[in-house]
Amino acid sequence: MPINYYIFLSVTLFCIGVAGVLTRRNAIIIFMCVELMLNAVNLLLVAFSKMQFHALGATRPQAGIDAQIFVFFIMVVAAAEVSVGLAVIVMMYRNTHSIDVNFLNRLKH
Amino acid sequence: MTQLVWLIPVLPLVGFLLTGLLRNYLSKSLTSVIGCGTILLAFVLSVLIFGEVRQAGAQPVTVTLFDFITVGNLQIPFAFLVDQLSVLFLLIITGVGFLIHLYSTSYMHEEDGPQFARYFAYLNLFVFSMLLLVLGSNFVILFIGWEGVGLCSYLLIGYWFKNLDFGNAAKKAFIMNRIGDLGFLIAIFLMINKFGSVDFSDVFSKAPGTAVGYLTAITMLLFVGATGKSAQIPLYTWLPDAMAGPTPVSALIHAATMVTAGIYMIARSHVLYDLTPATQTVVAVIGLATALLAASIALKQNDIKKVLAYSTVSQLGYMFLGLGVGAYTGAVFHVMTHAFFKALLFLGAGSVIHAMGGEQDMRKMGGLGKKLKITNITFLLGCIAIAGIPPFSGFFSKDEILSAAYAKSPIYYAVGVFTALLTAFYMFRLYATTFMGGFRGTHEQEHHLHESPPAMTIPLMVLAVLAVVAGFLGIPEAMAPNAHVLGHYLAPVFGDVNSGGVPGDAASGAEISHGTEWGLMGVSVLLALIGTFVAVVRFSKKPDLAEPTGFGKVLANKWYVDEFYNAIIVKPLGLLAQFLVFFDKNIIDGIVNGVGRLVQYGSRQLRLIQSGQVGGYVLLMVVGIIVLFLVELFIKK
Repeated sequence: MPINYYIFLSVTLFCIGVAGVLTRRNAIIIFMCVELMLNAVNLLLVAFSKMQFHALGATRPQAGIDAQIFVFFIMVVAAAEVSVGLAVIVMMYRNTHSIDVNFLNRLKH
Repeated sequence: MTQLVWLIPVLPLVGFLLTGLLRNYLSKSLTSVIGCGTILLAFVLSVLIFGEVRQAGAQPVTVTLFDFITVGNLQIPFAFLVDQLSVLFLLIITGVGFLIHLYSTSYMHEEDGPQFARYFAYLNLFVFSMLLLVLGSNFVILFIGWEGVGLCSYLLIGYWFKNLDFGNAAKKAFIMNRIGDLGFLIAIFLMINKFGSVDFSDVFSKAPGTAVGYLTAITMLLFVGATGKSAQIPLYTWLPDAMAGPTPVSALIHAATMVTAGIYMIARSHVLYDLTPATQTVVAVIGLATALLAASIALKQNDIKKVLAYSTVSQLGYMFLGLGVGAYTGAVFHVMTHAFFKALLFLGAGSVIHAMGGEQDMRKMGGLGKKLKITNITFLLGCIAIAGIPPFSGFFSKDEILSAAYAKSPIYYAVGVFTALLTAFYMFRLYATTFMGGFRGTHEQEHHLHESPPAMTIPLMVLAVLAVVAGFLGIPEAMAPNAHVLGHYLAPVFGDVNSGGVPGDAASGAEISHGTEWGLMGVSVLLALIGTFVAVVRFSKKPDLAEPTGFGKVLANKWYVDEFYNAIIVKPLGLLAQFLVFFDKNIIDGIVNGVGRLVQYGSRQLRLIQSGQVGGYVLLMVVGIIVLFLVELFIKK
């Protein structure tokens, strides 16, 4: 499959994520959108890694491996982030009985 | 003994610190003892050192105390030079200084304790600075003393600082001096540039090989400094105003010592002046012009101290004439005799003012001779001395300068001798108006008239004796060969010129015969006697009380020089200052405040962006990223 398809798909996913973060007020949905953006990047990284291996793999078996390591790091960070983030949302719900992010801008005042 | 010379200036400094710092605790008598005692000790030390220096073959000694400035190749040690010239000045300063301190203890007695101590602190500081000035072995130390005496002059003129006029007089003196000091400072810079040293011996030994133009610049600038300090045209107007200070201050600073600093400095750098005839001519002409101008003004002044002030300016003009024609010994001789008789005259005037209860206008005096016997006699002796009637001291020193001037150019002599006539006239006008005739003051004042206490009359008597006999130190060659004691004493400093004239005076005597010299003396004595006689006859019975008219009015208003300076310098400067104030308030402050206001306004606008809506922030971030992408895509590097 041409690399363009992967790029289009991941850019689309990323844009959906951005749009979701910008427009939604539900904290959980925003969270999901953030994950969507992270995974769009992951997809892109893996695709480029594969492409590079195809191009250079004959001479260098290690080609493109660093991108895949990168992806694992992102997944680990995302998992940690989710656990912290969900805990924040739970606490937020306990205190305010709402998970509307705009409701929280009272910090400003 | 010579190595202990540093004690001489240190003693007055100690006196200054004690009286100045403890002024609230010391009693007046203790202040007097400290103030006078330190000067007396300094005088005794000076006499001891004089005893060593006057011996034949005494070499100049440089006493280095510590390194003052060491920068690159330039070395300026804090060192004192002990030679015949500086020791002579030491004697004058500490001797006359002590008498005036003694006089002050009585004259200033009505001041309360702290003010009294403040006066003595200033006076001691002045003596310290003056000693530093004459002892310094290089131009920088001299300059330190030079500035110090200027400061003390300012402080003492404005001693009664509650009077606004006195404060203005003090400021005038200080500013006028600053103008001159700038010239002096530039001259020092030129020396450092050319000779790499400011030491007297270095500068004088390197000078002969230097371009005359460069030396002329240095000597002219030094002379500018001297015109400020020694009150010569065009910077002389501060000295008459300086009479605002207490009378002993006028005697010490503005007659005997400080104003002669310019003469000392030029006499000290006579090597440079000998090499630059152009500057010598300027010095002589300015000196002569000042002598004549000031003498003419003195003719019509009615304030007893103002007459003496203009007379001082005039006599200083004589000294510069002497310097200009190369009669260095004559000029220094005149410094010495003038220190005696002018200090005497000022102190006598102080005694009169004391008796009159503060009155200085001599139109309201008259007939004081009967009540103030000692003051009367001593004042008369001072007047005769300054008028140049033999055998009093003024005759010898003035005659020496005049004969040297004649050798240079008869025109110098003619103007000088005419000024001598004026001098005799205005001095005896002063004497006759004050001490002769009938009393013209109020009845109350007449009742109050009394002779001053001994602390005031003893200095008068000592100075009167000195004013009478000091002339015998410099008997001209024509009267008695080899009798010029002062000339022989100073010969190592000014160079022994083998001529028929006074040793050390390059110009005098060499060209004029003894017969001519006798003739010159005769003319000047005759004119002095005429001046004296006319003044006494005219003013003893009928003093001029009327307001002057015509040319007399011009003289009484001092040739309108102050008004002229006001119009061409002070007023334009005032306008410039006003403009600068406007510029500062509106433009400079406007820029500074404008920057502040701009930042305030800008931040107030920027604050609106930070709304606290997270969505807004993210949107801005995304927009920013998109912009970066577009830039990356569409703008080629």
